[in-house]
Order: sequence, then structure tokens, then C-alpha cells
Amino acid sequence: MVADNEEILVRFEEVQKSYDGEILVVKNLNLDIAKGEFLTMLGPSGSGKTTCLMMLAGFETATHGKIILDGNSINNVPPHKRDIGMVFQNYALFPHMTVAENLAYPLVVRKMSKDDIETRVQRALDMVQLGGFAGRRPAQLSGGQAQRVAVARALVFEPKLVLMDEPLGALDKQLREQMQYEIKHIHDNLGVTVVYVTHDQSEALTMSDRVAVFNDGVIQQLAPPDQLYELPENSFVAQFIGENNKLSGKVTATNGSTCTVEVDGSGEVKAVPINIDGIGSRSSLSLRPERVMVNPTDGSCPNVFDARVEELIYLGDHMRTRVSVCGHDDFIVKVPNSAGHVHLRPGETVKVGWQAEDCRALDA
Amino acid sequence: MAQVEASGPMLDAAGVPLKASLARAERRNRLKALGLVFPLLAFILITFVYPIALMVFRGVDNPTVSTILPKTAEILRAWDGNGLPGDEAFVSLAGEFAFASKERTLGKVATRLNYELAGSRSLVTKSGRKLKKLEAPTKEDLVEIDKRWSQPETWSVLKRLAEPYTFAYYLAAIDKTYDVDGTVVDQPESRQIYVALFMRTLWVSLLITGLCVLLAYPIAYLMAILPTKTSNLLMIMVLLPFWTSLLVRTSSWIVLLQTEGVLNDILVWTGIIGEDGRIQMIYNMTGTVVAMVHILLPFMVLPLFSVMKTISPTYMRAAKSLGATPARAFWTVYFPQTVPGIGAGSILVFILAIGYYITPALVGGRTGQLISNFIAYHMQQSLNWGLAAALGGILLAGVLALYWIYNRLVGIDNMKLG
Repeated sequence: MVADNEEILVRFEEVQKSYDGEILVVKNLNLDIAKGEFLTMLGPSGSGKTTCLMMLAGFETATHGKIILDGNSINNVPPHKRDIGMVFQNYALFPHMTVAENLAYPLVVRKMSKDDIETRVQRALDMVQLGGFAGRRPAQLSGGQAQRVAVARALVFEPKLVLMDEPLGALDKQLREQMQYEIKHIHDNLGVTVVYVTHDQSEALTMSDRVAVFNDGVIQQLAPPDQLYELPENSFVAQFIGENNKLSGKVTATNGSTCTVEVDGSGEVKAVPINIDGIGSRSSLSLRPERVMVNPTDGSCPNVFDARVEELIYLGDHMRTRVSVCGHDDFIVKVPNSAGHVHLRPGETVKVGWQAEDCRALDA
Repeated sequence: MAQVEASGPMLDAAGVPLKASLARAERRNRLKALGLVFPLLAFILITFVYPIALMVFRGVDNPTVSTILPKTAEILRAWDGNGLPGDEAFVSLAGEFAFASKERTLGKVATRLNYELAGSRSLVTKSGRKLKKLEAPTKEDLVEIDKRWSQPETWSVLKRLAEPYTFAYYLAAIDKTYDVDGTVVDQPESRQIYVALFMRTLWVSLLITGLCVLLAYPIAYLMAILPTKTSNLLMIMVLLPFWTSLLVRTSSWIVLLQTEGVLNDILVWTGIIGEDGRIQMIYNMTGTVVAMVHILLPFMVLPLFSVMKTISPTYMRAAKSLGATPARAFWTVYFPQTVPGIGAGSILVFILAIGYYITPALVGGRTGQLISNFIAYHMQQSLNWGLAAALGGILLAGVLALYWIYNRLVGIDNMKLG
């Protein structure tokens, strides 16, 4: 996955993890993380992403396999010798120390000189725009400020690698978006490698160079955000990232770059075969709502069906329209609120169509 | 509508000052709150505050002489205290002694005088007995009965006793006394016991508190990090001695620790000590300390546990990820956050220990007695309630002072009991 000329900083080799000796939380994980990369582990809770992060940080031991940091196996290196910065979900700022003491902690532990510590702490505070907050206690900070201090503390000792475990989970939406950009900018400016864990897909898409989508202890897909959204490789990724229309059916024919799937109930759909077992097998078709056209001109789409408008939701820039197509009544169409757009009314029947290449035939 | 003046008080819609109508609206709530706490408040006032106030008062109260020998007391109060008083004091004393002896109240005077002047009980009873038979006793009769009536010391003590209030008990409680001239001096060496006893009580309480911290900290930590199911089991085991009778627990320590007890038997049996080298572990200070640490341990474990339970394990992880060794992470990040629990547990254990009575009484022997045992002794055996009250008053003042110091140093708001 990582291009050859990039240096690999972290490598997971056939890593497995079980807590109870019966269930594998992480199943055979292989993952390379390049130097300077911003990699996000995305997945629902219980998918194994946080366990991977904790194994990397050293707070959990891998049941099987090797974790390599900078060329050396770190399976037997205790957390405090790994030199990995970490930002925790609830910040974990030490409540009995001031902001400056919190930031100085990793430097004091490393026995740096007093002057050195002072300048570094001040520089780190300036980096997160909290220059005047050195004397405050964590309890006196707002959520966003505490978050910035936590980020600064994880970076102040200049680690090779910074891990972030759902660091924005406790913030409100607006602050979360602002912090996403700030963390991204810090990453760009410092060039530090970041491994970020989240269950929020928009966070993953905004910030990451690459996203590893976890489910059931397995990486479902590892790709840059745009590929993840546009070229999902299985139905889990298609469903998990962004909004998705799912039509299930049976493959009736394949022809190189296209295949035909007979959707349960009615009609044959032309699609791109991505992840199917061949003729006769079950398949889920994935289609993004914004790729569906309403009343397409004749002959422009290979897939055209009758659709009954069930529900309209006004969202300003577009109308989210729920229609019944091919026996599925949860089919979503996004009608842009552009000049001269079609006006739909609940109950009326229209034609909807889409291109074969926008429709991906995935595993059932 | 009433014109509201700009500088006047804020008025409500009906023109009544807003403060007044707010107070009226809140009065109901306040009455309700008062009604809820009233039974407990009354109970505490009657059974706690009032007896304590009485006890402190008894430490300075000095009614014996001024009520049984009222006239003499009046004459002595007017006397300047130098040398011997005038003849009227002798005559009055002799008359009132004879009367009190008939009324059988002279014994109280004898007892009271005996506290101040050792051996004077016989002086008073003998004088009373002989004076009863005389028609009109004079100064000479009195001196003839006992030479001590011609000594200024006897009279100066009597003068002090004639005052309705006295500091004598409090002075006695800190090993001081009045001399003939009424100045405060040390008690004779052989009678100095209370200061040393206070110091010993203080030191033993500190030792017990320290031992409780050392023993409770690891178990509280274990309970805080274990899963709830296991920690509940541990909690029950910690609380189990709590639910057993104090007497039973203390007696079981006797069974274990006595010279012919289980522990000594095991030590002899394993050959660690010889048959003649059995260790005295009870009926001395060791016994007191061991049994009291055991009894007071839950008071340390519970506040510690409740504080530790709230400390997220993430802090330790954060410290380790920042490069601190586990030991350093513990001392610089975990331990400081448990200090409020240590403070709460310590002040609880210390205050309980400093006034503990039953355990030292049962297992303390002669050397393991604490100040409370002497308070009990003066209450029950010597019947010197004034001294008992003075000792108790000093103990109470000491605890309050320590509490105040603690509040200044740690801050009572930082204390977490649960």
C-alpha cells in the first residue's frame, strides 16, 4: 500500500489479540504506516481499532504477531520507553498540575534542563494558541482548551509517532470541526506521524492521508478518503462511509467490466463487478444518492426504473428524496437545489436512472 | 400606580419591596428545611452538646467548700492570703465543720481537700469528729486537734477552694499545681503523669494512623483497580470485622497474641523462639497498637477506596506514554490525587484513636493505657470528676485544634469521605 520510496515507521505483522482466549478482537492484522503519514483507524465500537492503538502504545500486548516501530520490534518494550505521544479520549490532563506542569512532565521525566523545558513548554503553548494559560489548572479550561493542551503535551517531547484515541469525542460539533483543522495543520507543520482512532467517518475523511476501516477485527479497506468513498471494496465500507443505496440481488451475467444483477422483485441492473463470486451468487449493489438522476434523458443511462416518491426532506442545498425503486422503499435520491431543478411531490411516479460505473456490485 | 424611585428599593408588582416579598416566599421553604432537621438537631443538642458543655463546666466548677462551708468561704475570699487568716476564720470553720460533720456532708470537703493536699482527708474527718463534741470551739481548740491548722499552707489551699470556680483541675491535668503563695508550679516529679500520658496518646494515635495508611493503601488500590465483582468481595472482607462486636474482636486478639496464645505457640513450635523466650505481645503497648490498627483500618480503607475509585486509569497510562516509569507515574500522578483520601482517612482514624477507650482497657495492660482510660478511671474509680472533665476538655480542645490545623493545611473541602 505504501509507496516504495516512503520510509515505513510502523508495521503490524500478523497481529492478533484476544482478551479472553476465545474471541479474537483483532484478527491477523497487517498494516504499514509511513513516516509523516496521518492514518486513521475508523470503525464502529468493538471493531478492534482502539485495541490496535493500545497495542501500539504498549498498554495491551499482542497475543500473536509483531509490531515494529522504526525497524525494531517493540513487543517487549514497555510503554514509557516507546517514545510515542498519546492524546486520550478524555484528555487525561493531570488535575493536580498546572497547564505548564502538565506540558513539562515528559520533559522533566527526560531530565532536560530547566531553561530548555521552559522554552519548549512556551513554544508548545504558542503552537496551540494558549500562550497565556500556563498557570491554569485543567479544571479551569474549557473542553477545547483542554484538548489543545492534551495535543501540545503529546507533541512537546517531539515523539516520532503520536496516537490519538477519539480525542474530539467530548466536544460539540462546531468545536470538533475547528479542532479537526487545527490538528491537521499541526500535523502538516510538524510532519509528525499520526495514528488517529475515531468512529466518526466525516472526521476520518477530513483529516486523513489514509483511512483503515475496521470491522470485526479486520481491516475492511485501507485507502485514501476519496477512494474509500467512491470506490468501496465491500458492502460494509460502502454502508459505513457516507450515504449509500443498497440493492440486493443475484448476479445473472458478467461481461468483463460490467455485470448484470437481477434485483429481488424487479428489474436487472448493470453494474461494475467489484467483489462478486460469479454468476448465480448473491450481491449487494452500492450506489451513492448523488449519482442518481431524476427523469434522465432517454438513452443516457443503462439503468432506468420507475420510482414512487415517498418522502421529501428539505435540506437547503438539496432535497433528500426517499423513493421506492425495485421493491426497496429506502432508496435515497439527492435532488440538488439548483436553478430549474425538478419539483417532486410525494406520491407521484418518476423515472430514476444511473450509470453502470456508478453502481458497484459488492459482496452480499 | 406607585412611582418607583430610582434610588429606592426594588418593588414588586404590588408595590412591596422585592426583598421582603422574596423573604416571604422563601420563608416556607426555610421552615420546611428547619422542620426536617429539627428532631436530629434537638437530639444532638440534648445528648451531645449539652453534656459536653456540662463536662467542660465541671472542669472549672468548684462548689464543695462554698456550699458546705458558706460563711468560712466568704471570710476566706475576703482574706489577703498572707500567713494565717484572722481568728474569725478559725471560729467560723470550727463551727461549720461541726455542723457539716453532723449533717454528714463533711466527707465531700475532705475528699475535695485531699485532691489538693495529699493526706488532708484524715485532717478534715478527725477535726470534724472532735469539733462535734465541743460547745464553742476556738482557734486554740482547732490547733490542738491538729497542728496543721496552724500552718499557712492548709489555709491557702482552703482559700483557693473557697472560690466557686477554679483552674486547679486543668492545672492538675497538665501536671501543675498552686503552691502556698498561689503561684503555678510543677507537681512533684512522682505525681507528674498526665503530660507524658497526653504525649503518649498523641504518639500512639499518630503511629496507629501511619500504620493504617500503610496497610490500607495497597488494599484500597487493589479494590479500586479490580473488576467490581472481585472488589465487592474484598470490600465485604474489609467490612466483616466492622460488623463483628468490638468486644469479640478484641478478645480474639487476646487469644492470638497472649504469651500462651496461638502466635507464640506457632513461633515456639517452628523453633523461631525458645519455650522460655515467649514474646509479650499483649497487655502492653504492642497489644494496644495491634488491636487498634485492626479496628480502625476500615475507616482508612473506605475513604481511600472512594477517592481511588474516581481516579481514571488513563492518568497512569498518560504518564507512562509521556515517558515516566511505572513507579514514577505512580508517585507523581496517582499518589497526589489520592492525598484527599489519605487526609480524610487519617483525620478520621486519628480522632477516633486519640479518644479510644475499650481496646486499651482490655489489651493495654499497664503500659498500654491511653488518656481516655485515665479519664474513665477518674470518672469511675477515684470519682474526681473535675479532673476527668479537665482531661476531657483538654483532649477535646486538642482535637479541635488539630482539626483546625488540618483545615488550614489541607482544606476540609478537599476531604472526601465517600
